[in-house]
Amino acid sequence: MTASTITSESTSPNFFRKAWAWIRKVPPVYPIFLVIFISLGFLNPTGYQTMNGIMTYLRPASPLAVLAIGEMFVLALGGFDLSIGAIVTFCVIASSKFLANNPANALPDIMILLVIGVIIGLANGFVVSFLKVPSFITTLGMMMIVRGAALYYVGGAPKGYLTDNWRMFGRNYIMGVPFFTRIPYAFLVLILLGTIAFIVFHRTNFGRQILAIGDNMRAAGLSGVKLKLVRMMTFVFCSVFAVLGGIMVGGYGGVNVTIGEGMELNAIAACVIGGVMLGGGKGNVIQVIFGAFTLQAIVNLLNQLGLPKPYTDAVQGLIIIGVVAYSALSTAKKR
Amino acid sequence: MTTTTASENWFKRMTKSNKVPPVYFFLVVIFLVTGILDQILSDGQMFTNPAIMLNIIVRSVALGIVAVGQTLVLIGASIDLSVAYTISITAVMSSYIMQGDPAKVPFALVGVVVIGIVIGLTNGLIITKLKVNPFIATLGVSLIIKGIINATFSNYTGSVPQTFEFFGYGTIGPIPVSILILLLIVTIGWFILARTKFGAHLYGVGGNSEVARLSGVRTDRVLIGAHVLCSVSAVLSGIFLVSLMRSGAPWVGPNGVYDLNSIATAVIGGTALSGGKGGVWGTLAGVLIFGVLATAFNQLGVNPYMKNILQGVIIVLAVASYTVRSKKEAL
Repeated sequence: MTASTITSESTSPNFFRKAWAWIRKVPPVYPIFLVIFISLGFLNPTGYQTMNGIMTYLRPASPLAVLAIGEMFVLALGGFDLSIGAIVTFCVIASSKFLANNPANALPDIMILLVIGVIIGLANGFVVSFLKVPSFITTLGMMMIVRGAALYYVGGAPKGYLTDNWRMFGRNYIMGVPFFTRIPYAFLVLILLGTIAFIVFHRTNFGRQILAIGDNMRAAGLSGVKLKLVRMMTFVFCSVFAVLGGIMVGGYGGVNVTIGEGMELNAIAACVIGGVMLGGGKGNVIQVIFGAFTLQAIVNLLNQLGLPKPYTDAVQGLIIIGVVAYSALSTAKKR
Repeated sequence: MTTTTASENWFKRMTKSNKVPPVYFFLVVIFLVTGILDQILSDGQMFTNPAIMLNIIVRSVALGIVAVGQTLVLIGASIDLSVAYTISITAVMSSYIMQGDPAKVPFALVGVVVIGIVIGLTNGLIITKLKVNPFIATLGVSLIIKGIINATFSNYTGSVPQTFEFFGYGTIGPIPVSILILLLIVTIGWFILARTKFGAHLYGVGGNSEVARLSGVRTDRVLIGAHVLCSVSAVLSGIFLVSLMRSGAPWVGPNGVYDLNSIATAVIGGTALSGGKGGVWGTLAGVLIFGVLATAFNQLGVNPYMKNILQGVIIVLAVASYTVRSKKEAL
């Protein structure tokens, strides 16, 4: 399609080349997202071509994006964080007991969860940078510890329900907004956290140091980056985002012991669709947000097609491989 | 002070000269500590009852077989997250084909090994030809297999003939067959890595793929080969599990967390996630650490959720026990 429009317009081959070079520079996640989202719109016009429908879609997509942003920080560093799924589970089932069905406990609960998030991040960062255990193993161990601790705390099964004010961030909408008709709180939280993450990652020295470590840790260390400090802060950042994402996921999904299971893998997949390289040195907050949106759109697309759940899994696997292969091959060609 | 350094030096020399992976030291410590706790807090059978000692190893067989394959893949600087569902599909398909009939055993075995080869080829080709990161590629393949199994089977399917249970429950003299199988697989893994050209190439590809390619190694083929071997090891593990369970169920793989556990045991054993370093004997020690822990937790009657917490702590400590002294920064 692009080729035909360009040939009809191109009076000089120079313009043709420039336009093509510009198109090639667009990160692959945007065209992929557009293709999937537009096909959703064709399948279900009321669901995905009206503001109302788009806002409904953004509600579960936003928590995933928050988790993916946190994960991106660690991936850009060159590590992994496998503990975020367990942190989500922890947030939900520990709160089910701690809230004791009393809305007044929501704020202290969230504060305590954030402190626990900081502690988990510090522990991950400490083990990686001082005990020199690879982050894959550190956070795998942390995954077992956090999930075990959550179940130990509640004694194996969730103890109550999540109060409505706690669930607000994942479940409720601001109604009656002009043009948008309604906006989920989750999306506003995502915009806030995304902006913070964007500034931290793209506009501060800390962000550049993360990328420098991801690119070449030795070189970064020799040029004066405080390796241990930056790594610990990055893991803290990721765990805190996991707690915030967990509160949103719990708000949307409610109490469920397996709610966070596999979410670390979804977040990593969203990052990779968003152009993050496993192994570090590359990352972009906005692309990762769209990576998460793409992943959610894939899930919705498969639901829309009415496939039974097992087939959805299989097709999702195929699409993820296809999407990543497309971006891998298109970046490989540019070099 | 001086004596500790002297003994450390002695220990270092010994481990170096015999090439014993340092994790065996941790294995002995874990065994002694849990054994002593067992003496104090429980009936102390871990040291005295040989059946329990054997049980530690028997528990480790299924994980051990697949961990050997995972070690090969990790040495090639790749990773395989699809082993859990490969185990599931093997368990289900083999018992479905056998239907308790000894005459159908060969068909079933050939069938599942072919499935394993296809899965391994798929993984390898996606990684090398489509240049998809192995983490994502095998995660995707794992989703695909999961979908296929769950669409076809939902519960225990078929059964294995009595004779087939020999692998899981049989003994030759006093030694369980399962232990011999584990030793055989580990020895094969060692032979491939240490005594064949393929093994040497695999270390080269994992260490530095570009250098290996420039020195004439067909890196793609080596990596695809490693993935095929890994999937086949997962198939063998699935066959072993189905002979234990007598009937295949789709949840055996994910319930045993064989994907992450096999990676954890390999890394505990000293195999580097970045590739080019490691070996199957270390992995065996990693697997035995898991076995000792499971047995000890049972003996001591630890709360199931506390088990999770302790296991997480010990995995990290096991790896830390040898990484903490390394000068290289980790990530």
